[in-house]
Amino acid sequence: MAESILEIKDLKIQFQNGKHIVQPIREVSFQIKAGQTVGIVGESGSGKSVTSLAVMGLLPDRISSIPSGEILFDGKELTKLKEKEWRKIRGNEISMIFQEPMTSLNPVFTIGQQLSEPLKRHRQLSNKEQKAAIIKVLKQVGIPRPEQIIHEYPHQLSGGMRQRVMISMALLCEPKLMIADEPTTALDVTIQAQILSLLKKITSKKDRSLMLITHDLGVVAEMCDWVVVMYAGEIVESAEVNELFDRPLHPYTRGLIQSLPSNNERKSKLYAIQGQVPKPEQVKQGCIFANRCPLAMEKCFQESPPAFQEDGHLSKCWLQSSDEGVVR
Amino acid sequence: MASSIPNEPLIPEDDSLAFSQKTKAAEFFTSLLHSWTGLLGVAIIFILLFLSIFGHWIAPYDPVKTELTAKLLPPLTDGHLLGTDHLGRDLLSRIILGARISVIIGLSTVLIAGLIGTVIGIISGFFRGWIDIVLMRLVDVQLSFPFILLVLIINAVLGAGLKNIIISLAIGGWVIFARVIRSEVLALREKDFIQAAVATGVSRFEILIKHIVPNLFTPMIILASLQISSFIIAEASVSFLGFGVQPPTPAWGNMLSEGKDFIFSAWWLITFPGLAIIITALGINLFGDWLRDTLDPKIKGK
Amino acid sequence: MAEDYLVKVQNLKKYYEVSKGMFKQKTIIRAVDDVSFSIKRGETYALVGESGCGKSTTGKTILGLTDATAGEIYFQGKDITKISYSDMRKLRKDFQMIFQDPYASLNPKKTVREILMEPLRIHKKFEGKEREKKIHEILEIVGLSKSHLHRYPHEFSGGQRQRIGIARAVILQPDFIIADEPVSALDVSVQSQVINLMLDLQKEFGLTYLFISHDLSVIEHMTDRVAVMYLGKIVEVAETEELFENPKHPYTQALISAVPVAHPREERKRIILKGDVPSPANPPKGCPFHTRCPFAMDICSEKAPEEVFFTDGHKATCHLYTNSKEEIKDVIRNS
Repeated sequence: MAESILEIKDLKIQFQNGKHIVQPIREVSFQIKAGQTVGIVGESGSGKSVTSLAVMGLLPDRISSIPSGEILFDGKELTKLKEKEWRKIRGNEISMIFQEPMTSLNPVFTIGQQLSEPLKRHRQLSNKEQKAAIIKVLKQVGIPRPEQIIHEYPHQLSGGMRQRVMISMALLCEPKLMIADEPTTALDVTIQAQILSLLKKITSKKDRSLMLITHDLGVVAEMCDWVVVMYAGEIVESAEVNELFDRPLHPYTRGLIQSLPSNNERKSKLYAIQGQVPKPEQVKQGCIFANRCPLAMEKCFQESPPAFQEDGHLSKCWLQSSDEGVVR
Repeated sequence: MASSIPNEPLIPEDDSLAFSQKTKAAEFFTSLLHSWTGLLGVAIIFILLFLSIFGHWIAPYDPVKTELTAKLLPPLTDGHLLGTDHLGRDLLSRIILGARISVIIGLSTVLIAGLIGTVIGIISGFFRGWIDIVLMRLVDVQLSFPFILLVLIINAVLGAGLKNIIISLAIGGWVIFARVIRSEVLALREKDFIQAAVATGVSRFEILIKHIVPNLFTPMIILASLQISSFIIAEASVSFLGFGVQPPTPAWGNMLSEGKDFIFSAWWLITFPGLAIIITALGINLFGDWLRDTLDPKIKGK
Repeated sequence: MAEDYLVKVQNLKKYYEVSKGMFKQKTIIRAVDDVSFSIKRGETYALVGESGCGKSTTGKTILGLTDATAGEIYFQGKDITKISYSDMRKLRKDFQMIFQDPYASLNPKKTVREILMEPLRIHKKFEGKEREKKIHEILEIVGLSKSHLHRYPHEFSGGQRQRIGIARAVILQPDFIIADEPVSALDVSVQSQVINLMLDLQKEFGLTYLFISHDLSVIEHMTDRVAVMYLGKIVEVAETEELFENPKHPYTQALISAVPVAHPREERKRIILKGDVPSPANPPKGCPFHTRCPFAMDICSEKAPEEVFFTDGHKATCHLYTNSKEEIKDVIRNS
C-alpha cells in the first residue's frame, strides 16, 4: 500500500475549564494512506470532531493543549507548529469541509470573492488565472453556470449548492488531505446522495485522501476504505471497511451495526445499546464501554484493555485477548 | 396501570447525572471567583450599599453643617480628608451620604421602570396585533427624544425633589425594558416548549404566567443591573443642571454643580464627587457584564 | 365505512404570507397545499419528505398549533378546525405531540415533576397522591426513575430528555400522538432505544401515531402506511412494505434509492435527482416535481396530475400512470 499521508500517534488532547481538566481524546492512533478515504465514526462526545480540529490546528489554544502524542502529516510533525506555519498548511495542504454550509460561508462576500481567498494566500496567480481556476473547480463540483455563480452571494444558493461551493473551496489548492466533518448531516436525503456521489468522484481521482467524520454507518459503507470507530475519546475499533461490517469485533461496533433498522426485522424491537455516552469527565477506570456493554466481565471494570491487533484489524476489547478465548 | 413493559433502558442513577449535582448557588459563586472584573464590581457594590446604609455613622462630620471659617480647605487639612466646600462642609461626609441618594434612585427607578417596561413588553409581545403596534410606536416616539432632555422636561413639570426625579427617570427609562422584554417574549412564544404547553391544553393565561414569565427573569435581572448605572448617571446629570435633588441634601450631581464655580480654585470639589460617580457606574457595569456572561446561555454556550 | 378512522384530513391547506419589504408584493408560501389523508385507529402513519415539504406544518396544523388556511380535520368524527380555543383545550388530552428537539421542547425552568404534573393538572385527572403515583409509573415506563423527579431538563442528556418529552405526551393516555422527527436529534445508539420505547408504548396503550420523519430506514421499520410529501402535496400513499418494494412515483423511487447502503458490498441502483427542491413560494406549474423528474414529459409542466389508484390503497399522483399508453406516446412524439 501507499505511504501514509497522515499518521496520528498516541494523541492526547486536554481541555481546561477553570480548574477542571478533561481529556476528550485519550491515546488515539491511526493513519490515513495516500488516496484513502478513512471514516471516523462516533457519536457526539466521541472526540471525532476534536481529533479533526487538532489535525487542522484549530483547537482553541487558550483552553486546550496536547500533552503528548504526534500528528505526522506528510512526515512533518504538526503539534508543535506555530500559527504562521499552520497558515501555510491550512487550506493549502489540508483543507476542511464543514457540516453547516450555511454558516461556514461569509454572507457579505460573493462566492467568487470567497473562493479567491485561499488562492490569494497560497498561490501567485493573476486575476485571470484565479478566475479560470475558480470556474474550473466549480465545474468539477457540478455547479451549473459557474460564470454567474461567482458573482452571487451565499444566501442566493440552496443548501446543496452551498455545500458544493464548500467542497470546491476545499479542492481549490489541490490539498493532499481533505477533512469532511459530517458533510451531509445538514442536508436532505436526495441532496445527500448528490453530495456523496460527488465526494466519491473527487476521491477516486489521483492521490486524494479524505478523512470523513460521521455518525452515520450508511455513509461509511458508501464512502470509506478504512474505518476508525471512536467512543468517548478513544478508538475502540479500526479495520478495513468490508472487514468491519462483516466481522465487527468490539461490542460497541457490533451494537451500532445491529441497531441499524435495516438489520432488524420490521416492527420488531430494534437492537439497542443501553444507557448513555459518558461525558469526558465521567470516564472512570476500566474499559470506557464497560457500563453499557452486554458482554462486560469483571476485568472490564478494572483494567482498560489494550489495542489487540490481528491482520491490521484493531479492537480495544478484552474479548480479543487470547486468554479469554475469542468470542464471536 | 401495572406496566407490562420491562423498563429495560433504566438509566444508571449515579454516573449520568452526578456532575450536574452541584447546586446553582455554588456554581454561581465559583464563576464569580474566576472573574476579577465581576469580583471588583461586587466589591464596589458592597461598599456602595454599606455606605448608603451606615453612612450616618461612618461620616466623620455632619454633611450639612456649614462652617464658614473652614471653607474651601484643600484635602488633608484640619482632619478633613477630602477637604471642605465653599460653605465649609466636609466633602468626604457629603460623598458618603451622597451614596445613599444614588442607591435609592438607582434601585427605585430600575424597579419602577423595569416593572412598567416589563408589563408593557409582555403585553406587546404576547398579544401582538394592534395593541403591539400602538405600544411599540409609543416606544419609538419616546426613543426619538434624547433621554436626558425628556427627564428634564418631566422633572420641570413635576418640580424638583427626590420623589419627582425618580418618577421622571422611570418615565424616561421604561422603554428600553419594554423593547427588550418584548423581543424576548416574541422569541419565547415560538419555542417548542411553549408549543408543547399549548398542545397539552394549557390556557393562554397560564402559558403566559407559568411558562413565559419565569423565563424572563434572567434577561430582566441582566438588563436591570446594566440600567441602574445609567439611571445613577442620569440623576447626577439632572441634579447637576439644577433639577432633581436639591441642596443642601448631598447628592453627587448637585455637589458637582456647586463645585463647578470653584473649578479653578478648589479642584477637589468636582474631582471627588466625579470619581464617586465614575467608580459606582463602573462597578455596577462590571457586575452587570459578569452577570450577563454567567446567566445568558446564548453567550455562555460553547 | 367499515374502516375505523381516528383522524381524517381533508383538503388541508396552510398558506403563509411573507412580505418582502414595504413596496414589494407579498408572496404566498404554500406550505401545505391541498392535502388529504386518513389515519386508522391503532396504526402508525408516516409523513415523509425533505425539509420544506410541509410535513411538520401538516402535523402542527392537525394539532391546532397553527390555524389551517382551508380544509377540515376530523378527529373521532368531529371537525376540529372550527372549534374554539377553549373547546380545543379540552380535546387536547386525547392527542399529543412528541417534538424533534429535546433541548427546546422542555421548559428549562421546570423540574421533571412539574413538567409531568402540568397535563394532569390542566385536565383535572386524578387527585393528590394518585397523581404522584401516576407520574412515578410513567417515569418508570419511559425508563427514568423517581430520583429524577426534581431535576431540571438541562441536567439530562438528549435521549433522557426525549424520554421526558414522551412521558409528557403519554401521561394523559391519549389516543393519538404526532411525533415530529422524534429521533433525528439523538445519537445513533440512543435512537433505537427511543424507537423501541415508542413501539412498546403503542402496544401498551393502543396508540395511533402520526410519524413525521425524513429518515426512510426508521419509517420502513416502524410504520404501517406512508404518505410521501413533496412541496406541500402528497405524491404517493401506500402501505409501508408495498411502498418500499414497489414505489410508483419517481420522487419516491429517488428518495428510497438515496438511502445509504447498510453494507459496503451492497450494490444499489441510484437515481440521483438533479438540482434542489424549488421554493414553495414559487412552485413549478403543473406537477411540482417535473423540474427534477428524470421521466418528465411535456404534459408534466402544463397540467397537475390526478391521483391514480393501484391495489390496496396504493395511490400516486403522477402523469406516468394517468394517461393511457397511446396518449403518452402522443406526448413523446409531439415533443
